[in-house]
Amino acid sequence: MNKAKLMQGNEACVEGALAAGVRFFGGYPITPSTEIAEGMAQKLPAIGGTFIQMEDEIASMGVVLGASLAGKKALTASSGPGISLKQELIGYAVAAEIPVVIVNVQRVGPSTGQPTAPSQGDVMQARWGTHGDHPMIALSPWSVREAFDTAVMAVNYSERFRTPVILLMDEIVGHLREKVELPETDTLDIFPRRKPACSRAEGYEPYTPDEDLVPNPADFGTGYHIHVTGLIHDETGFPVGSPKITKEAISRLHDKIEVARDEITHVEEYFMDDAEYAVVSFGGSARTAYEAVINARNKGIKIGLVRLITIWPFADKAIDELAQKVKGILVAELNYGQLVGEVERVVAGRCDVQLCGKYDMTIFEPEEIEAGIDKLIAGGKA
Amino acid sequence: MERSYEKYFRQNRLPHLWCPGCGNGIAMKAIVQAIEKKGLNQDNTVIVSGIGCSSRASGYMDFDTLHTAHGRAIPFATGIKLANPELNVIVITGDGDCTAIGGNHFIHGCRRNVDLTVVLFNNSIYGMTGGQASPMTPTHKKATTAPYGAVDRNFDACKLAQAAGATYVARSTAFHVQHLTDMIAGGFDNKGFSFIEAIVQCPTSFGRKNKMADPAKMMMWMRDNAVMQAAWDKLPADKKTPEKFPIGLFYNEAETDYASAYDEVIQIAGGAK
Amino acid sequence: MSSEISIKMPRCKGCGICVAFCPKGVLAVDELGKVKVVKADDCIACGQCELRCPDYAIFVDKKVEA
Repeated sequence: MNKAKLMQGNEACVEGALAAGVRFFGGYPITPSTEIAEGMAQKLPAIGGTFIQMEDEIASMGVVLGASLAGKKALTASSGPGISLKQELIGYAVAAEIPVVIVNVQRVGPSTGQPTAPSQGDVMQARWGTHGDHPMIALSPWSVREAFDTAVMAVNYSERFRTPVILLMDEIVGHLREKVELPETDTLDIFPRRKPACSRAEGYEPYTPDEDLVPNPADFGTGYHIHVTGLIHDETGFPVGSPKITKEAISRLHDKIEVARDEITHVEEYFMDDAEYAVVSFGGSARTAYEAVINARNKGIKIGLVRLITIWPFADKAIDELAQKVKGILVAELNYGQLVGEVERVVAGRCDVQLCGKYDMTIFEPEEIEAGIDKLIAGGKA
Repeated sequence: MERSYEKYFRQNRLPHLWCPGCGNGIAMKAIVQAIEKKGLNQDNTVIVSGIGCSSRASGYMDFDTLHTAHGRAIPFATGIKLANPELNVIVITGDGDCTAIGGNHFIHGCRRNVDLTVVLFNNSIYGMTGGQASPMTPTHKKATTAPYGAVDRNFDACKLAQAAGATYVARSTAFHVQHLTDMIAGGFDNKGFSFIEAIVQCPTSFGRKNKMADPAKMMMWMRDNAVMQAAWDKLPADKKTPEKFPIGLFYNEAETDYASAYDEVIQIAGGAK
Repeated sequence: MSSEISIKMPRCKGCGICVAFCPKGVLAVDELGKVKVVKADDCIACGQCELRCPDYAIFVDKKVEA
């Protein structure tokens, strides 16, 4: 274990990414994510990596995808408005199966919104921001230490599934300073870049999937002469206009994540053993929810907290089990109501679901969530 | 009859999809002949393209090839080059791809002097979408979105590249194919951002709208109106009619390329191996 | 002048560029829309056709005398 340090969430994200093997960062300044770019500019050249500040958010996304194709683990960071601009090439990364991590330190939107104020309003943008049918992996940390851990996890998942992964931070965690003890890099499980299993002469095709449904396109410059495109392509990598191949290609993109869904859907439960009610929350909001739950329990209410670390794919299984167990669920999120719709979809009327939402630049106070809990228990009438 | 440059094409992808008489095929051959001339290693050379007619070239070329999104070839190429500076990175783009939707990436690529060779196939039109005006459609020329003639003034992409900091800037045409090959080959020699504008004919979308549907006639127009730089400099002003344009090497000055400059950063930061 | 003209027919799209730039009228586009050699003996192996063929369909070599 390393020595304890006082560190910001954004700084821990940098440390986690570097520990996971990121050696290339391209970005554009935007509040409240800029400390990630600044940290990368400082640290990457010191370990032989590359930092580049690009002309805009679109170019920042393009440059990291190019670097990834050339064999470097790559990451970019931004906030809502920048993530909106990156969507075109996030979709490209899905289609061409290029590993990359996009950090979104969320702020209040829409549009320029409130640049320095916390929000969790990009839950659905993370899922559906780019056009067309596509899967998405998004992770959301609630602490500085977890910013490190989820950064490692995001890089690993991007490499393992060859897909873009969104690290959905919020301004609360991004700018939070906590004392943390980060693990030594050699104690971490790091997923290496996938490699071709055979040579060109042996009939190598870059987009033929392995048993886990993930293909192994060769890094550029390794002699395989592969073709990469955002057009729907077959296993050779070349575009085809066939309905059958189009359906198979889009299905496989989803299936490769779906088959590993249970394994990558991380949920933590607190005080749930005897719980009759539950708060569902994530990211910085879950910190307040945790305190609110303790306060409620001190008042004799049997309530627990279910915290989603993996936002996408959604924790259908955990919420399904919850729906069978509790009388009511309060979803605490810093937005007008986004994740609550997913909870309602899975619960499907089996118990009461209420929203404790907030979108006024300020973080939750425990009392606000406690009031939500009281209202939930009163059947929505409080 | 087998030509040595054929090894640079993916034989199973030919014939290409370009229209009869399209100049893109000529420009693509000029690129592979320049590659052969300079002896670039096929395993160590990456072709990056954007979206549009020009950008379909990458699929026919037997290298590691990347067909990116519209306008984004230069950022992708920058990432490839900086992640692995050993690679030769060639960008194939079009007038719409490079100077409209990719305009910002183009000027900043020039400014950074990343060691890329960018070949712009200028057919003066959006061909793949059926003939809309691009920023390089000459004023008054017709397009489906400029049925009365283009109102916009058109870019001189070479002047733009030079002003933005490219360290090698040249122009040639599909008619002057050997000259075009030389201009591209010269770009490979320049360690920095090299920009070559290849004027190509689009008989289908540009020619038909502008009374030049015969591709050979479009090439004869190039022959009759292109003036070598040295002659252009001596041409009296009254002879520089709107149709005439210079070709040749316009600019070439050695400047530190981005990857070399960043190597110094790595040295200072203590990250050198 | 002895020359050998080879044509890769599947590649030819009949655009007529080779016909237009041939200084000796050796080539024509036939009714099927493909290039054909009509005056082989007149070919001077200048290579203008091959040089500007956008489809890499026509090749001209000087014939080596036996």
